Parts: sequence; structure tokens; C-alpha cells
Amino acid sequence: MGTEFKESIHKAVNDANLTGALGKFSEAYKVNRAKAYEGIDFEELRGRIAELKSYAASHLDLLSDLFEQNATARGAKVFRTSDPVKVREYILTVAQENGVKTVVKSKSMATEEIHLNPYLEKAGISVGETDLGEWIIQLAGQTPSHMVMPAIHMTKEEVSDLFSKEVNERLTSDIPRLVKVARDRLRPMFLKADMGISGGNIACAETGSIVLMTNEGNARLVTSLPRIHVALVGIEKLVEKYADIAPILKALPRSATAQLLTSYVSIITGPTPNDDGSMKDLHIILMDNRRSEMAADPKFKQALQCIRCASCLNVCPVYRLVGGHVFGKVYTGGIGTILTAWFDELKKSEDIQGLCIQCGACKDVCPGRIDIPELIMEIRRRLVQEQGVPMLQRAIYSVVNNRKLFHGMLRAASIAGKPFTSGKFVRHLPMFLADLTDGRSLPAIAAEPFRDRFKGIKQPECTEKAAFYAGCLIDFAYPEQGEAVVSVLNKAGIRVIFPEEQTCCGAPARYNGAYETAAGNAINNIRALLAEDVRYVVSACPTCTVALEHEFINTFESLGQTEWIPKARELAAKTVDFSTLAKRLVDEGRLTLKEGQQLGRVTYHDSCHLKRTLKVSEQPRELLRKAGYELAEMFECDMCCGMGGSYSLKLPEISGPILQRKLKNIKETGAPVVAMDCPGCVMQIRGGLDQDGAAVQVRHTAELLAEQLKE
Amino acid sequence: MYEQFKTRAEGVSAEVYRFGTKAGALDFIVGFLEREGIADEPQAHALWTECPFLDGIDRQTLAGVAGLKFEITRDLAADARFGISQMQWALADTGTLVQDSTAIDQRLVSSLPAIHIALVPTSGILPDMPALLTRLHPAQSGYIAMITGPSRTADIERVLTIGVHGPERLVIVFVDDLGGAN
Ligand code: SF4
Repeated sequence: MGTEFKESIHKAVNDANLTGALGKFSEAYKVNRAKAYEGIDFEELRGRIAELKSYAASHLDLLSDLFEQNATARGAKVFRTSDPVKVREYILTVAQENGVKTVVKSKSMATEEIHLNPYLEKAGISVGETDLGEWIIQLAGQTPSHMVMPAIHMTKEEVSDLFSKEVNERLTSDIPRLVKVARDRLRPMFLKADMGISGGNIACAETGSIVLMTNEGNARLVTSLPRIHVALVGIEKLVEKYADIAPILKALPRSATAQLLTSYVSIITGPTPNDDGSMKDLHIILMDNRRSEMAADPKFKQALQCIRCASCLNVCPVYRLVGGHVFGKVYTGGIGTILTAWFDELKKSEDIQGLCIQCGACKDVCPGRIDIPELIMEIRRRLVQEQGVPMLQRAIYSVVNNRKLFHGMLRAASIAGKPFTSGKFVRHLPMFLADLTDGRSLPAIAAEPFRDRFKGIKQPECTEKAAFYAGCLIDFAYPEQGEAVVSVLNKAGIRVIFPEEQTCCGAPARYNGAYETAAGNAINNIRALLAEDVRYVVSACPTCTVALEHEFINTFESLGQTEWIPKARELAAKTVDFSTLAKRLVDEGRLTLKEGQQLGRVTYHDSCHLKRTLKVSEQPRELLRKAGYELAEMFECDMCCGMGGSYSLKLPEISGPILQRKLKNIKETGAPVVAMDCPGCVMQIRGGLDQDGAAVQVRHTAELLAEQLKE
Repeated sequence: MYEQFKTRAEGVSAEVYRFGTKAGALDFIVGFLEREGIADEPQAHALWTECPFLDGIDRQTLAGVAGLKFEITRDLAADARFGISQMQWALADTGTLVQDSTAIDQRLVSSLPAIHIALVPTSGILPDMPALLTRLHPAQSGYIAMITGPSRTADIERVLTIGVHGPERLVIVFVDDLGGAN
């Protein structure tokens, strides 16, 4: 990450206006979005959208042909090109041939993508953005910081300064008044303009129509008043059938702004009469700019299912801290990272892709059902492929991939770490975890790792066997969590084995794009965990569980190492996370807890991988209730804690504030205990609370459960 | 469905009325225009576009309403305070009005004035978007316009503000016996 970029992060997170505005917005958004989707089966709806958009992405040529045919038959002029330069030239030519002096625009990301405004202005044509947000940033000489709300980063005071200059009058920051000023100022421009330029939210091939959605009503004026209308549409906006627009019209406003429908929707098909009786000169430009290439890429094709609602930004814990000027280029946030890598170039996404913490919040809400985090991982992998792994990281991975050496170093660290240890925490971990952050203490490396303690555990005779996969954190920092797992399983009649050869799950390497290292880890673990015939492979770390259950397979697939895939699948089928298994055992009557316990309040933090990849959120809660706890839900219980593996080491300036929010939400419940299922989250949150001084205990669900086993 | 439409439309700041007869609706509109200060001068006059509602109404009887015009031009529309037009359909689940807006006059009166009065036959209420798409197809209409509430923005500090480029008020007048319009 370049220093300039680091500085921009630093500036953004310290901009109270920005983080305040974005923070408030994202909190309100979540509630409003849920309300807008009341009574709607979101999974079914986004399934339909994903399907129809995916079909369109597989048939871009066909649909472009069809669109051209049908729009042309209705009298529109259709221009198709893959080259952004040709788009600009085409628009300028149309303008010059028709003596156009003034252009009004309604919001179009595609025109931003090709930097159209400066190009036209250079040719002496005046270009006015008419979407209020776009106009504000045009006056400010900035770029949009959000795909739907371009000026979300600006305060009303800043807007009033801009407008005051524009109208030569000192304005107050009264928002309705500022809006009125914009209306009055832009109205004559609409009436005077010779050309209107719009984007297109949907392009319907079957009818040759473009669909425009706005709230302000500017697109209606842009497409009605000037005698020429140019619509610039990326070919990913194509859908096949007229009926296909219904699900998009249903999801887009709900996801974008939590509205049931935007104030205005226009479906434009061919030229319509102007007010002087002439016919509109309608040009529709279908722009490719690498979209076809994207469609041909088996991984990235799904990115074309995007309907540009920006909900992936609205729910992103990183976006709401840094905004779109840091997190994105023309297109912002998670999807912006992906689109930048393609429409711009892979290299341009290098810094911004590193901002993704892989919490998966966006994937949950995306109406196009795009696996945004997965695609960002793929960018990471390709960047690493292109540029190699940085020296330091490579050194670390070579250690991680050599289990004996790695574990030897962790053991050494437990001794070397001692002088820095204060109670249960060290301020500075030795080795590669050295570069540490404020606001969080790190755990001391356990004096005796789980793998050693395990040998001393006396287990009852049982018929069923489970292999325990500890993962680095439980093995070397929180062995007591591993002991809790063993005692719970024993109680249910399951004998636990601990395959000694197990090693790091490879997640750290994978999340940094070092797939080769991750594959090495995967092979070692598959060998170790499948060596003995067991019923389950249990893990109490969701990140590890996800690795065992999903990522080993995916890593092999990405690298084309197909020979290991059957074994990886075999392992995946046996893998289960602790709470899911424990809940099952309780339901089957095999695991009994003390009865009638009244243990007081506990609040539960959902770990990203558990909730969103493994889809487990009720099981731990029910277990806690069964044990005798009363659940006090915290605000944003499933929001990332900011750990993200090595993310918290690489980007402490982002991880820190995310953690602080989490701590605040925990403390506000007043519960004396916060439970969670992930040792990574335990490390982050316990460390945070330690520095904070709050008297809240941080416990793994397994530990709380183990305390309540019936004698 | 009317009640659902009304709830939804009012939820997005539209004003919704319903009358049994054209006469009742006409009385209401004339009264409304007068209350709101219609006058034969810029920023105060009203434009009423051709529509089925006007069929059979003797426009002479409206001659007394100073500032009510039936001639539509861009300049008049730009200066009008009121625009009156008829919308064909209403979607109950979103509070949306829909019209074939191929004729530019329809768009001028519903997008430039500050207040848009929309007449709708009560029989034009449909449950939702898919129901509409089977009835109104681009083959019949070069410009399908949907309107849900007045013009709005939240672009400054995400504060909802009504009336940016389009009307700041949308007054919806349902008429039960408008007949034959759809
Ligand atoms: S990726 Fe999904 S959530 Fe993000 S803008 Fe596109 S459709 Fe919306």
C-alpha cells in the first residue's frame, strides 16, 4: 500500500464530518432497507435478478444485436463500440454537427467512467450536471464518493459555500432553501440546452427501450426538453425481455434508497415528438469497454449482474469509515474495486482492494447476488500472480508452510513474549505480529499450547470419534477454548482426537492472495485430518471451518490443482463448526446441560464467517439460552469487529475505529458477558475491552457451555 | 386496492382524493385552484392537457377560472404553477401513477409546474408492476412515464427534501365514473 494512499486513509478516518455522515447513514439504511423489503422474499427476488442478468451476460452480443435492431426499427440511432474514446468522439460529433452549445446531463456513471465532461468542455461545449448531488460535486470540482449519493461526503455548510459562490449571494445552510436555489439555477439550463445526455438503468433488448429512474425528475426534463437525447448505456445493463424489468424495478429502489419505487421511472422507446413538433434526435450508445471480456471470464462474469444499487457500500464497515474518495475510483466500494480493476486496469485496484476486510456484509444484501468478497479475493490472487508476494510476506508464508518451524517459533514466542506480558496480554507480540496497534492488547502466547495440553486430557471411552481442528489461535493463544470443546464433546459421548500434523488453515495466505501457500496448507491439513476415520472434523474457529469446508476446494479450483479436490470434498463433508454440532447434540438428547440455571445477561457477537458463510447464527444463541443465559442483543450484532485476520495489523487505522464501534455496542447492552464463536474475534474484542477498561468478560460459546454441563 | 394505493401514495407525500363523479372532481379542482391562488399571470396560471376527463365538459363553464389554460407550450408550462393531466393507471403496491407520455404535452404539464394535479379513473388501479407491464407495452408507447409522489432529493446530508426539478406537490384525484378511459 503506497504512502499516499495510507495518508488518504488517515485523513478520511479523522474527518469527523465524513465518518459521522456515513456512519449515521449506514445505521439508518439498515433499518429502512429492512422496512422496504417487508413482505418480500428477497432471496427469491435476487435469484430472479441474478438469473436474468446472468443470462444477459452470457448473451451480450445477441442482446446487443437484438436491442440495436429493435431500437433502430423504432427510429433511434444506435452506436456500438467497445472503445471509450470512440464514445466521446461520437457524442462530440453529434453535438458539433447539430450546433450544440449546451448540454444537460442526468446522472450517468458510464459518462464518468469515460471522463466525458472535461472532453466536451474542452471542445467548448458547456456541460451541466442536473442531478443535485452531481451538480454539487461538479461545482466543487470533485468526483462522486458514492454511486447513488455522489455528494454524501459534503456538509450543508460546504454546499452552501459552493452555491453562494455560484449565485453570488450569501446563502445560509438551510437545506430546503439550497434545494430551491438549485432548482431555480438549473431550470433555465434545462430550457436552453440543445442536448440531453442520460445513462440508462436498464436496456431492454426485446423492445429496444431504455429505462431511467430518478427521484428529482431531472431525467424527465433531460429526455424531454432538448431536441437531442443521447443515452450512454454500458452493455451490462441489457436484459432480454420487457418483463425482466419488473424485478429490477422492485429491487433497485429498495436496495438503493429503501424506497418502494423512485419518484420517476421513464421507459423510452424510439424518438418521441419535441414541443416544436419535430421528432427527437435519439442516440443510444451501447458501450462495451471490457464488459465482454469480463463476461468471458468465468470468475468475473457474475460482476455483470450488478444493478448499481450501492447497497454493498451502505453496509460496508470500511466504506462507512473512509468513503468513496478513498475506497474506489469512479465506481466505489466493493463492487467499485472490481469494476475499477476491469474498466480501468487491474493495477489501479491494487490499493483499494486491500481495504476489503472480507466480512461478507455486502454479499448478503446484493440484489444481483454477486459474491463481491470472493471476486476481490480473486483480484488479490491475480495481483499476486502478476507481481509476486512481497518479500516480507513471502518469508512469513514460508514459515507458516513449514509446520515444525512455525510451531517452533510460536513456542519460542511464548517465552520471548514474557518480558512484555502484563497479565494475560502482551503489548507487543514478537515476530511477524510485531507491528501493532493502539486500542487493542494482544494475547500472550500460551505457555503450553493446546497440542501439549491435549495429551493430558483424560477422555471417557466413546464409540464415536471426532477430530478437533484447533487452528493457530486456539492452539497457541487460547488452549482453554479447545479444552472446552473437548469436554462438551466428551459429555455427548464423542471421543476427540487431535491429529498432530495439522497446521495453519491457510486463511492468512489466501486472504493476501498467496494461493500457492494456502494450497500447501490445505494439503497438509487434508492429510492430517483424514488420516484416521472419524465421524466429524470439528473446529471452534469459523475462519478455519470456512477454510476446511469451502476454501480448500476453492483454492485448488482457482489454481487448477484438481487432483486434491476429491479429498478436499471428503474433508468438507465431515467438517462442522462447534455450535452447530453442539446444538445438534442437544436436540438429539445426547448433550445435557444443568437445568434451571439463571446466569444473567449475555450479549452475542456474530462472527462474519460464521454468520455469513456458514449461515450459523441461531445455534449459539439457543445454546446460550439453554444453558441459562438471558440474551441481550447488541446493536449491529453481526457487524464485523475489525479483526479480519492480518487486516488489523495491516490497516490498524481502519480496524481500530471498527472495533471501537463494536465495543460501544457491546457496552450499551449492559451485559457483563459477551459471547462469540471465533477466537479471532475474542482476540480483537477482549484486547479492545482490556484497553478500554470495561468490565465485560469475553468468552467463546464453547467455554460458557462447558461450564454448564450436567454432572 | 384503492386504500392500499392511498396509503402508499400518502407515504411518499402525495395528496390523494376520490370522487364518485366527474362533476364532483371538477368542483374540487376548481376550488383547489382558487384556494391556491390561480391567476392569469406567470407563476400562477394552470395548464390542463387534453384528456378523456375533459370530453363532454363544456370548457366555457370554466372560462370564469382566470388563468386556466388548455393550450400547452413549453414557455407556458415553464411559467405555470399548476399542471393538470390524466394518468391511466395506478399501482396499488407502490402508490405509482402511470401514463403513456408519448405526447410531449403530457410531460410538460407534469414535470415543469410546481403542482401537478393528476386525474385517474378508479378503474385504472392495478395491483403492481407486473400487472402493468402486461397492459402497457413499449410497442404502444414511446414514452411510458411512472410517477410516485412529488419530486424529491436527499443529496444534501441525506435530508429528504421535496420538489427539486419536478413538482413539489402531487395531487391525485380519483374519479369513479370516469368510464371508458382504459
Ligand atoms: S454489487 Fe450488488 S450491492 Fe453492489 S451495487 Fe451492484 S447490485 Fe448493488
